[in-house]
Formats: sequence, structure tokens, C-alpha cells
Amino acid sequence: MPEYESGTEYIAHHLGFLKYGQKADGSWGIAHTMEEANAMGFWSIHLDSMFMSLLLGVIFMGVFYFVSRKATSGIPGGLQNAVEFIVEMVQTTVKSTFFARNELIGPLALTIFCWIFMMNLMDLVPVDWIPLTAAFIAQDSHLYFKAVPTTDLNITAGFAISVFFLIIFFSIKIKGFGGFLGEFAFHPFGKWALPLNLIMEVPSFLAKPVSLALRLYGNLFAGEMIFMVIALVGLFQLPLHFAWAVFHILIITLQAYLFMMLTIVYLNQAHTEPEAH
Amino acid sequence: MNLNATVIGQSIAFAVFVWFCLKYVWPPITAALAERQKKIADGLEAADRAQRDLNLAQNKAADELREAKVKSAEIIDMANKRASQIVDEAKDKARDEGQRLMAGAQAEIEMEVQRAREVLRAQVAAIAISGAEKILEASVDQAANEELVKKLASEL
Repeated sequence: MPEYESGTEYIAHHLGFLKYGQKADGSWGIAHTMEEANAMGFWSIHLDSMFMSLLLGVIFMGVFYFVSRKATSGIPGGLQNAVEFIVEMVQTTVKSTFFARNELIGPLALTIFCWIFMMNLMDLVPVDWIPLTAAFIAQDSHLYFKAVPTTDLNITAGFAISVFFLIIFFSIKIKGFGGFLGEFAFHPFGKWALPLNLIMEVPSFLAKPVSLALRLYGNLFAGEMIFMVIALVGLFQLPLHFAWAVFHILIITLQAYLFMMLTIVYLNQAHTEPEAH
Repeated sequence: MNLNATVIGQSIAFAVFVWFCLKYVWPPITAALAERQKKIADGLEAADRAQRDLNLAQNKAADELREAKVKSAEIIDMANKRASQIVDEAKDKARDEGQRLMAGAQAEIEMEVQRAREVLRAQVAAIAISGAEKILEASVDQAANEELVKKLASEL
């Protein structure tokens, strides 16, 4: 643990992003203080989240691409076996949950599961390792660097919004624009209760991406926060850290799986007509 | 914590990765999986078929064996019959041959006896004549007594 005046400051520093955007004085650059960061508007970007996200994505895609290039139907090697295990798990989940035909769903689910899992996995790396490495490389001991992309709401929202647009796209593609709107208007109580239907259906529809993004973000943010608190307790942090990490393995896998599963379920709903009332 | 352009960057990255996965990762791996599944199914089916074929072949072999046994028993029967037939035939033949030989020998013996009798007769005639000559001390007209001597000889 580097030198900090208080635990609060340590945690606060860990919560800061490496943020690039327009500062209050109009110049563009990286924010060095929380105030500077908060003053930046929408057109700013978290370099640390994006970097880790892309790095992990490239690693995951690289491994899978490497395996897929040499994929054989003969006896698979260790890596191919592992990759096939994941692909088969995703494929089985898709088959049992998604009943329409859509070539996109499998790869989409696989990407979501693996990528989110990789990001979540960064949570198990001791909290200071990656930020300190980044600070060392940048030669800036006060560098803000957040190692776990899924503790950034922007990243989880990026997933959720993409899924949300896919839901809308496929709903309109399968049911037509009228059919898509009709789901809000004439469901669940029939056409005579149109206002009530709208009041019930529109929020529940809009809640899908919000709940997707917040669920993942909340779980991982809380998990990381506990790692940080554990990191503050001195020598006793080792057994505590280990215990929480073991428990966290479950959480990160579950959250990645849940995100994938809900995506499949939502897209399945987009592909099927609601039962008539 | 507020949303900023990171969300857009992440969405773009997500779209690119999904596209990449759709294009280059998913198809070959699922194809390999499906192919292996098919291979295994084929293998199992082949094993089943082989087992069935084996059973069939075993049944067939047992049938053939049984049939062969029956046939061989028949052949042995026939051979036995044929053998006894041959032996009987041989016996008959031997008997016939023996009888024929015996008959031949008998005939020869009779002939021999006949001949001996002739010779004896002739000699007896000669002896009788010479005896008579001696008794009579006179020469007898052989030609005149030929008839008498022959008659005497035939009575022997």
C-alpha cells in the first residue's frame, strides 16, 4: 500500500479514473485531481477503463481466434478443450433459451460472457498491482488508474445499451414497427386498457438496460470496494483477502453468466410474439 | 459517477468484438464441435452395427457348423453303406470266381482223368495183348483182335 494520509484518501484515489477530456480552462488533457475530473463534461473518456477493456477483449479474442484457426474435430488439445468447453456451454445455454433462429446470438453471448468474465477477473488481481504498475510506467505516483473495467458504469452501460439497441432492432425486424409498438399498447390488458398498458410496459422495457448495467456495475463495484477496505487492515488482509477472493470467484462468474443469460432472454422475447390476451 | 464518451467507445469496441467473434471465432469452433459430435455418433453407430454383424455372423457360423455336422454324418453313413456294398460285391465276385475256378479245375481234373484213363486203357490193351501173346506164345493177328482188345479195354 503506497503512502496515503488516510484510508479514505486511499479509497478515494482508487476510485478515480484516468480521465481525458476538456478541462475547465478550455484546454484538453488528463485530469489530475478529482475536481478536474468532475468538471469534465460528457465528451471525456476513461482511458484506464477503455485500455483494460480493449486489452482484455483482445486477449480473449486472440486466444479464441488462435484456437479457432486450428480447431479440429479430432482429439482437441488442452487449450482447444478449454475453449470448446466454454463455447459448448454458451451454445447449450443459447439453444435452451433462444428459440428463434439467429446466427448473431451465439457469438454475442460468447463475447459478452468471456469479455465480462475477463474484466471481472481483474478484480481478483490484488487491488494495487495494476494501478502501481501503470503509475510506474507513467512515472507518476499519483496516477489515477482503475484496473477493473466493469467497476466503471460506462463500460457496463456500453454493454447494456448495445444489447438494448439489439432488442429494439430485432423486435422491429421480426414484428414490424407496428408490432413492436403494439406490444406496449395492447399488452398485457388488451386494447381497452391502453394507458394502463403503456404505464406498465414502457418502464419495464426501459428498465432492461438500466438493470443490466447497474447489476453488473453494482456487484463488481461493491466487490472491489471490499477488496480496498481489506487492503487497509494491514497484515491481516492476507487471509481476509483470500477468503473474499474465493467468494468473489463465484460472483464474477455468476455476474458474467447472468449478463449473458439475460441478454439471450431479452433477445428471445424480441424474437417471439407475446401470448395473446 | 457520470456517463461520458467512454460508453460510446465501449459500445463500438463491443460491436467490433461481436462482429469479429461472429465472423472468425464462432463458426470454426462450432463446426469442429458439430463435426466431432457427428464423428462420435457415427462411431457409436458403427460399433452397434459391427456388434449386430458379429451376432449375425456368429449365428450363421453356428448354423453352418450344425449343417456341416449333419452333412458329414450323412456322408459317413453313405460311405459306410457304400463300403459294405463294395465288400458284399467283392464277396460275391470272389465266390463266383472261386466257383468258376473250381469248376475249371474240376473240368481239368476230369479231362486229366479221362486222358489218364485213355492212356491206361491203351497200356492195359498193350499189356493184355503182350500177356496174351506170351500166354499163347504165338503171334496173334493184332489187327484181327483189335476189336476184341478195345472192347476189353473199355470195360476197365
